[in-house]
Amino acid sequence: MKLHRSSGHLTLALALLALPFIIDALFGHGWVRIADFALLYIMLALGLNIVVGYAGLLDLGYIAFFAVGAYTYALLGSPQFGLHWPMYVVLPLGALIACGFGVLLGAPTLKLRGDYLAIVTLGFGEIIRIFLNNLNAPVNITNGPQGISAIDPLQIGGFSFGSSYEWMGMRVDDVHLHYYLFLAFTLLVIFVSRRLEDSRIGRAWVAIREDEVAASAMGINTRNIKLLAFAMGATFGGISGGLFAGFQGFVSPESFSLMESIMVLCMVVLGGMGNVGGVVLGGVLLVALPELFRNAAGPVQQMLLGKVVVDPESLRMLMFGLALILVMLWRPAGLWPSTQRRREFDADDSVLHQEQETVYDASK
Amino acid sequence: MTASDKTLLELTNVGKHFGGVTALADVSLHIHRGDIYGLIGPNGAGKTTLFNVVTGLYQLDSGSFQFAGQSYTRCKPHLLAQAGIARTFQNIRLFANMSALENIMVGRHLRTRTGIWGALTRNAAARAEERATVQRARELLEYVGITCAHQTLAKHLSYGEQRRLEIARALATEPKLLTLDEPAAGMNATETVALKALLQKIRASGITVLLIEHDVKLIMGLCDRVAVLDYGKKIAEGAPEEVRRDPAVIAAYLGGEAA
Ligand SMILES: Nc1ncnc2c1ncn2[C@@H]1O[C@H](COP(=O)(O)OP(=O)(O)OP(=O)(O)O)[C@@H](O)[C@H]1O
Ligand SMILES: [Mg+2]
Repeated sequence: MKLHRSSGHLTLALALLALPFIIDALFGHGWVRIADFALLYIMLALGLNIVVGYAGLLDLGYIAFFAVGAYTYALLGSPQFGLHWPMYVVLPLGALIACGFGVLLGAPTLKLRGDYLAIVTLGFGEIIRIFLNNLNAPVNITNGPQGISAIDPLQIGGFSFGSSYEWMGMRVDDVHLHYYLFLAFTLLVIFVSRRLEDSRIGRAWVAIREDEVAASAMGINTRNIKLLAFAMGATFGGISGGLFAGFQGFVSPESFSLMESIMVLCMVVLGGMGNVGGVVLGGVLLVALPELFRNAAGPVQQMLLGKVVVDPESLRMLMFGLALILVMLWRPAGLWPSTQRRREFDADDSVLHQEQETVYDASK
Repeated sequence: MTASDKTLLELTNVGKHFGGVTALADVSLHIHRGDIYGLIGPNGAGKTTLFNVVTGLYQLDSGSFQFAGQSYTRCKPHLLAQAGIARTFQNIRLFANMSALENIMVGRHLRTRTGIWGALTRNAAARAEERATVQRARELLEYVGITCAHQTLAKHLSYGEQRRLEIARALATEPKLLTLDEPAAGMNATETVALKALLQKIRASGITVLLIEHDVKLIMGLCDRVAVLDYGKKIAEGAPEEVRRDPAVIAAYLGGEAA
């Protein structure tokens, strides 16, 4: 059993290591870049999963923490202020500042639940974006809508992830290197999520999600535990943001719109709220499928209809909406739900089943 | 032993109203350590409100209460749980989508301390604590007589089992005072007998019990002292037999029944 598991792990590890080269060979360079972004999104989704999936706090402004991490990196590692602090300082600092913002958002919203919390967090996300947009006057800090460019690449010591290396006759490009860096961080985030989930803290989160009043009556300090969820989620967002800034070399406020928050939330919900594997799956699918579609929609129309009738971009959103509806209809707990959540929806299934049987009986 | 040593919970002129409704008016009572104390009264008399006040879910409007020598007027629920008051709910509030075992493990939250660091590193202390938590949760399941699979979700338990699971979860917090809001509601006769035995066992283990119950037979057979609430006022207090004969109580119940 143990051997079986560890050999499974080994296969998975090898597959993950070989993946960028396989993708490169099969689909081309661009797709390795997409894989990099997928990893960044997975980190984000895992962070949000703590807040939404475990603690049950609907946060619609989550992208703000991504923005905070990204701008921290951008401001401290670019010609903007002529600062070029090293990655191992800026990245943790970004995570820390994002964590601070998480607490800042969490503290005043603790008493709110459900829809109200969603609206306040949505506002918070927009405030951060608008701030970034307008902090170019009277003192120019963020460069406003133009954003910050020429951001330092991610580098440790003399080793830059932003360049290509020749190694034993094999060319390893920046996208490959970033893949490995992001993979390492993603694995770390997965590890942290899993460990927390299955602990005293994780149980307290779920208890609050299930029944906050009962949780507090059982002696859980709901304020602190909820703040902890916000802080942890925000920290992951901040790390992801810092990596994003170093990877892109450019950040601007428009990368942090409400649509992005919703996208990350969709990854969590679609993949399977509260289940790390599901959230990872959701992240992969929601990054890869739209890209596939973007590439395919034009040529397919050309082939079938002889010309491009509908703009692939708008068709993409349409398909995205359709996919969401289908998943919610057929797999309401997500594609790969946590066992808990699945059972949660199972009960509803049985009711549905009974209803269907009644209808069936009646029509006989 | 002085009077305050003997008294675990003492309410002094506690008042609580909701808009025009007076749910509790000037209620004073004291509960001795080691007793099973019954709280009865017609529907809407304010019994649950009194529970909510002493467990911190409602803030009282006037008066104060003393628990284990400490005086409270306003206090957070988790701090009262910390102080040693645990409760069950009239309309069962389990963590429905957690397993029976996990429900009790949440009850251990208060008496355990593994934080982020312990959870991440799973160091020796964290592992030992987790093992002890699981162990204690198993014991408590057995203690209250739940024999089903431990991984069964709380919501899939039978009604009587859910009531008992709530008691187990409350016991997991290591209370000095266990407050039970109509634990026998919805139980059949056999289950009620088992409940009675369980409550006696809990009392024998040194935990004081405060019990709201409509089942008069259960109250009479179990309680050392009984208080009767009606329209938020305490209309009688004393040994079960005395209270049963009290004309005011009879009037309240008959009046309540007739209305
Ligand atoms: N949160 C609340 N808001 C408004 N009114 C409330 C609230 N809680 C209780 N009440 C009112 O206070 C009064 C006492 O209610 P309480 O639930 O304490 O009665 P009870 O003695 O527990 O009754 P029962 O036997 O039906 O459980 C009732 O009139 C009730 O409507
Ligand atoms: Mg009641």
